[in-house]
Amino acid sequence: MRFLFKTDYEDDIRLMPHSGYLVTYGVLLALLAIAPFVLSSYIVSQLVFVCIYATVGVGLMILTGFTGQASLGHAAFLAIGAYTAAFLQQYNVPFPVYFLAAGLLTGVVGALVGFPALRLQGIYLVIATISFAFIVEEILARWESVTHGNEGMRVKTMQLFGMAISRDSPSFYFLCLGFLILTIVGTLNLLRSPTGRAFVAIRDSETAARSMGINVSLYKVKSFAISAAITGFAGCLFAHKLSFISPEMFTLLLSIEFIIVILIGGSFSLHGAVLGAIFLVMIDPLLTYLKDDLPGMIAGVASTFGAGKESASQIQDKAAAIASANGLKGAIYGLIIVLFVLFEPLGLYGRWLKIKLFFQLFPLYKRATFKRQKIYVKSERNR
Amino acid sequence: MTYFRAEDLSLHFGGLKAVDAVSFAVEKGEILSIIGPNGAGKSSIFNLISRIYPPTSGKIYFEDQDITQQPAYEIAGLGIARTFQNIELFENATMLSNLLVGRHRHSTTQLWQELLFLPSVRAHEKAHRRRVEQVIEFLDLEVYRDKLISGLPYGVRKVIELARALCSEPKLILLDEPSSGLNVEETGDMSFWIRDLKTDLGITVLMVEHDMSLVNRVSDRVIALNYGKVIAMGSPSEVQRHPDVVAAYLGA
Repeated sequence: MRFLFKTDYEDDIRLMPHSGYLVTYGVLLALLAIAPFVLSSYIVSQLVFVCIYATVGVGLMILTGFTGQASLGHAAFLAIGAYTAAFLQQYNVPFPVYFLAAGLLTGVVGALVGFPALRLQGIYLVIATISFAFIVEEILARWESVTHGNEGMRVKTMQLFGMAISRDSPSFYFLCLGFLILTIVGTLNLLRSPTGRAFVAIRDSETAARSMGINVSLYKVKSFAISAAITGFAGCLFAHKLSFISPEMFTLLLSIEFIIVILIGGSFSLHGAVLGAIFLVMIDPLLTYLKDDLPGMIAGVASTFGAGKESASQIQDKAAAIASANGLKGAIYGLIIVLFVLFEPLGLYGRWLKIKLFFQLFPLYKRATFKRQKIYVKSERNR
Repeated sequence: MTYFRAEDLSLHFGGLKAVDAVSFAVEKGEILSIIGPNGAGKSSIFNLISRIYPPTSGKIYFEDQDITQQPAYEIAGLGIARTFQNIELFENATMLSNLLVGRHRHSTTQLWQELLFLPSVRAHEKAHRRRVEQVIEFLDLEVYRDKLISGLPYGVRKVIELARALCSEPKLILLDEPSSGLNVEETGDMSFWIRDLKTDLGITVLMVEHDMSLVNRVSDRVIALNYGKVIAMGSPSEVQRHPDVVAAYLGA
């Protein structure tokens, strides 16, 4: 086990407490840098989606994980970013300009959503953000002069400094990765300064935060704005990756996917947002596999155990029907959320911490280390 | 002019008069205790001062400034810090970040500077950290620096709450039952610290307390409340002998 000896206040501030971090993240960065040149284009494409989802995850983590304000409306923020980019692109606005515009406009919208949300808490806030998402979805479908309604909008290939960056090129991957890293570093900076601490204070006790001089309303709005702006930036990249956007891409299901990203990854940590994004992007290939291969496999198993040829093919048809049923994705998402909340409330990152501690303390690890203790001292009166 | 003054302060919940026309003054540098049976309105007075509840009527003055209409978050900025009866710490954060939140009223950095963590932000953070360390040393909290609050025992949390209030460098501190839930030894420590607040740091203390031995040890003056009304005011021994106070506690 490593013991840190702090000799300077700097030791409490720096992002990497010891040289081990430098090695780990250096290796990770090197692997990510060579990834597009050694991996298949399909996997690189999936990595781009991981980067975009992780960026949104970090944004949502600021709002939900650190400020304690739940949101099921982030698909709408993503949509606003994506449509702003697509709209401005029509008028030959250069990429850096409409990228910034997408983020800033979404940030302003986020702040506007933050104001009515000030008086709402918990489930009521969730309902308010869902309604906001529906309103945005409806506007996108109806405001045909700007959004082309349900026909959707084409997004042209990105032009950056005279170069065309196609959505499958390594450059696009590096752009998304770079923005993700920038977002993470910015967020870490925020978390080690007064604003980030104010967010956490609001999450844990609004009354105490207020009596420590934190303007709770202002910081909630700030949190909404920052979270929305990050999502808006991600939306611009998302639009480029898909090259075509339409209102039905930004539904409630997408917002739920973002919630899965932070819930499965583990709330309260940025590692969680990235792990959750990896997990979520992996679900789709899994579903495809379910549809294509599983029915045949089940039929094979059935015939091995003595089912006749006809009944085996019946079983295969039934399995295929289940695997391609409408709404299967939603059901699987629901199941995943329930299982994680019940059995791994700290998420994938929490599991990683447990594994790490197991090896650090081997053979003295105690399972009770992560048992949550319930202490009934908190007063609900002053809420 | 008095340092801190409450004039005809009232707080009514419908027909219930939690605080009823209470007036008192706190002199600069004194320790004033408020005592009274359960439900006498002691904590309500604190919640009125820190603007968690708006008063039904009456005025509050601090350093000759009317603070009755100030928003709650500006009270700390004026130099009034408080602790809570039931501990309102930020549970899922380390003690250090809890104490650094106490420094919030002194933070001047802008959002964009923080996103980039400019050298100015770093310098500010170090300055805050230094002040926090002084408070940690004052209250002997060194061992808990990087511990999460949710894993700490009640007695320690109580001290950390005091520490967080001190980190904001208050002129007036409101202590809501500083000794509740503490054992005899911890209560003893607390009474020394409260004296030190006055003598070493020059902070004026207004506290609500049930433990009469602690009240006797530290207070300069005592106010006794019952049913939202002031029934006695004076030195600790005077108030304890006051017939109305005896009646309030023991029944007439």
